[in-house]
Amino acid sequence: MAESIYRALRDGALEGELAPALTIKDSVASPFALQVFSHVISQLFSSILAGKSQSRGLVVVSFSRSPSFYLDLLKNKGTDVASSNKQIQILDCYSDPLGWKDQLAGSRNFTALSNEAMVSSNAIVFREVKHMDKLYNSIIELGKDQISSIFWLLHSDLHEARVTAVLEYLSSIVASLEPSHQLANGQRGDLENFSLIKHNSKKGKFHVRFKKRNGRVRVMSEEVHIEQSGINFASLPSEGAINQGLVPKVQFSLQLSEKERIDKANVVLPFEHQGNGKPIQIYDGRRSLVDSKHERPVSAVENVQTNENCGSGEIIYYRDSDDEMPDSDEDPDDDLDI
Amino acid sequence: MNQRSSNLLDEALGLDQVIEPWPLRGRVVAIEDQVETSGSFVLHHLLKRSLSPNSSNVTIFIAFSQPFSHYDRILRKLGCNLVSQRDNSRFFFFDMLKLQCPDGDEGITPEGGLIALYGKIHKTISALPEISWKNVSIIIDDLSLMEVAANGSSDYVLDFLHYCRTLTSEFDCSLITLNHEDIYSSEDRPTFFIQMEYLADILIKAEPLATGLATDVHGQLTVSNKGRNKVSNFHFKVKENVVECFYPGRS
Repeated sequence: MAESIYRALRDGALEGELAPALTIKDSVASPFALQVFSHVISQLFSSILAGKSQSRGLVVVSFSRSPSFYLDLLKNKGTDVASSNKQIQILDCYSDPLGWKDQLAGSRNFTALSNEAMVSSNAIVFREVKHMDKLYNSIIELGKDQISSIFWLLHSDLHEARVTAVLEYLSSIVASLEPSHQLANGQRGDLENFSLIKHNSKKGKFHVRFKKRNGRVRVMSEEVHIEQSGINFASLPSEGAINQGLVPKVQFSLQLSEKERIDKANVVLPFEHQGNGKPIQIYDGRRSLVDSKHERPVSAVENVQTNENCGSGEIIYYRDSDDEMPDSDEDPDDDLDI
Repeated sequence: MNQRSSNLLDEALGLDQVIEPWPLRGRVVAIEDQVETSGSFVLHHLLKRSLSPNSSNVTIFIAFSQPFSHYDRILRKLGCNLVSQRDNSRFFFFDMLKLQCPDGDEGITPEGGLIALYGKIHKTISALPEISWKNVSIIIDDLSLMEVAANGSSDYVLDFLHYCRTLTSEFDCSLITLNHEDIYSSEDRPTFFIQMEYLADILIKAEPLATGLATDVHGQLTVSNKGRNKVSNFHFKVKENVVECFYPGRS
């Protein structure tokens, strides 16, 4: 599932479409967005270097970590940043976002350190973060080209709910991190609570919501494990149990047995052309009459292969979707995200 | 004797092994406490450890809460002489209590005051030999009073904290702050307080026991060490000369 996110970003913007936009959000109860962000960035950068992605370069606007954090991260993941040329550019909004160092250098004997001057060729210091237009222009300048995909990290409890909601509306993919176990409020100091805290510090739930082109929304969930080496994704252990729980307990069987499943797969749907060279019989409700050797002319039968060009009409049938159970009674409009 | 009792706290922070070079270098440590359980003892303990004779650590102490004499008295009971450390340039005390509450018309704005403070800290560290930079600890007591000094503009205080954090990456020094959780508990969105939790590499929470007040135990400490991916919880009792830390049921 984290793979799906990576693929969406790697494939980038399709012709005439908006670029995919990903929000990675967390809260203080499971503050792992940075690890997820790092994971996404390193995967994407590897594919950029390998030439496998639509985008040809990466622009990182860093506010909460120094540029060296990202450069070290990519180096540790094995990507050769030194020879990557201009494929990664970092707009450094961390070192001096408000221009305080400039102000101080002007008024007193404030010595800018020599290691500040050793700004790597990949990082450019930006000192006017409060001027949104200048910030925007700097980002566009660094990027130079069209944007293939964009993603950002968000701490949801630091902003008003509507700000978070606006960003979620703007994004085509929303990945949110939640604690594995919700802590009972006001029950601090419980021994049980402490073991939950301990559990939550190493694991979390990862929910991703994809908005597709056709308006459908797909929601997936996984478990994340935080380790020293990084972050790992695993499928939710009790997923089957959750699904079982959704089926109401009634006296008739609502699930399909294996034999029923096979039989169902063998049924030829009315408009699916599965010819194999034989004439297609389009069922018009009178099959029983045909079978019983009636002399009724089989006018209903159309030989599709020879008739294709004589304009006598065709039925072109596209299956709605492959990942939906045919008998599912969910409303297809149910998951539209308006 | 002192070392032995506080071992649980030292262990949780990584201070039980060698303290040279300073194990907390490059890290941000946030201490959170409440009215019932004051966390200042953690601050005093960290101050004492950083000024230990076994290390060459330098501490810059930014005090909004108490004057120098207060800390001097407490640290003397813990076995540390702040006056001599100050004279040896191992301890720098920035007394912010004497700072006038700036009004706009005096030309000194809260923002200006904080910028100046940042400049002063930067200058103090740069003046030290480069080899000692990573052995510097900046201690702020406490953040809520800094907010008061800035006339309530928590935005400027957050900006200041950001710049302090850049100091940790620039000089590889450590930043230790104290804040009070219950001051912000009435807000719907205690942004200022939560922001500190995000910034912290090590979060130390001093809370009362779930069961209420007790004579033998003053409270519990929960130490979340993000760097080591470890969470520890234990009880503490603050005594005259020492703080005792022990696992529940083993005082």
